[in-house]
Amino acid sequence: MAFDTFQDFLAMGGHAPYVWSAWGLTAVLLLGAVFHARFERRQVLRQLQRRARRDAHQAGRQPIQTSRGGSTNEA
Amino acid sequence: MWAFINKLRSPKWFYAISARLLPWFWAAALILIVTGAIWGLLFAPADYQQGNSFRIIYVHVPAAFLAQSIFVSLAVTGLVFMVWKIKIADMAATVMAPLGAAMTFIALFSGAVWGVPTWGTWWMWDARLTSMLILLFLYLGVIALRGAFTSRDSASRAASVLAMVGVINIPIIKYSVDWWYTLHQPATFTVTGRAAMPMEMWLPLLIMVLGFYSFFIALTLMRTRSEILRREASKRWVRELAAEAK
Repeated sequence: MAFDTFQDFLAMGGHAPYVWSAWGLTAVLLLGAVFHARFERRQVLRQLQRRARRDAHQAGRQPIQTSRGGSTNEA
Repeated sequence: MWAFINKLRSPKWFYAISARLLPWFWAAALILIVTGAIWGLLFAPADYQQGNSFRIIYVHVPAAFLAQSIFVSLAVTGLVFMVWKIKIADMAATVMAPLGAAMTFIALFSGAVWGVPTWGTWWMWDARLTSMLILLFLYLGVIALRGAFTSRDSASRAASVLAMVGVINIPIIKYSVDWWYTLHQPATFTVTGRAAMPMEMWLPLLIMVLGFYSFFIALTLMRTRSEILRREASKRWVRELAAEAK
């Protein structure tokens, strides 16, 4: 252990602002990337399910219609 | 070999195989980064000249490595996409670019705050610092190009070309510290040569570097999977998958 007390650890020998801002930014960006990827996946799955429900609904009402214009999955 | 490459082209196959790989890379990333962070912050000895500010190295060096590796990956996937029209390569390139930009920003920011107590300045137009700043602009250019075209194919090709041309900056970053030695020190971390730092400082750094690479692989796999579903939404297997997931 390089530090004797928790206060020493936080103070980083007087270099606290430098050490903790660099580590803090890294933590925020890495965690942010993980949460963004999870949100993105849930959103894509929701879109697919909406699309599947809509297709099923339309197929039931209008069996002749085959092509559908304007895809909404390009966002 | 060719059969394997042909399989790799298939988004459906990639989607299936990546599902099995993903938990392992996430687990490796979590274990390595947590271990490396605790070791580097708490147990590695303070540097005899820089004191505790040297602990910035444990985020600075892994981020700078990834920043450069991801740009090389963009150039490679760009080439693969341009030559063989492999869509999955372009999907991977799309999701890798923002992480590369984030890593470049971390490297620049952590370097700047490290420079204040160490060099007495947060910025100088030193060759290493300048070439890393150019890397950030190249990343932003690649990301902006993707949004600047209405046609996906044009956007992908423009981004691929910029990545393939911009990759010339990578050897410049690498050798900048040897060619124009002004401020930034030469490499302290090497895997092969004799370590320029003691073992108890080097080992946690190695762990952090491996952890960052695992994180990059895991995040890229995960986001490429989402990108596959988005772009292949009208394909039969994706629609079946969506119907099952209900």
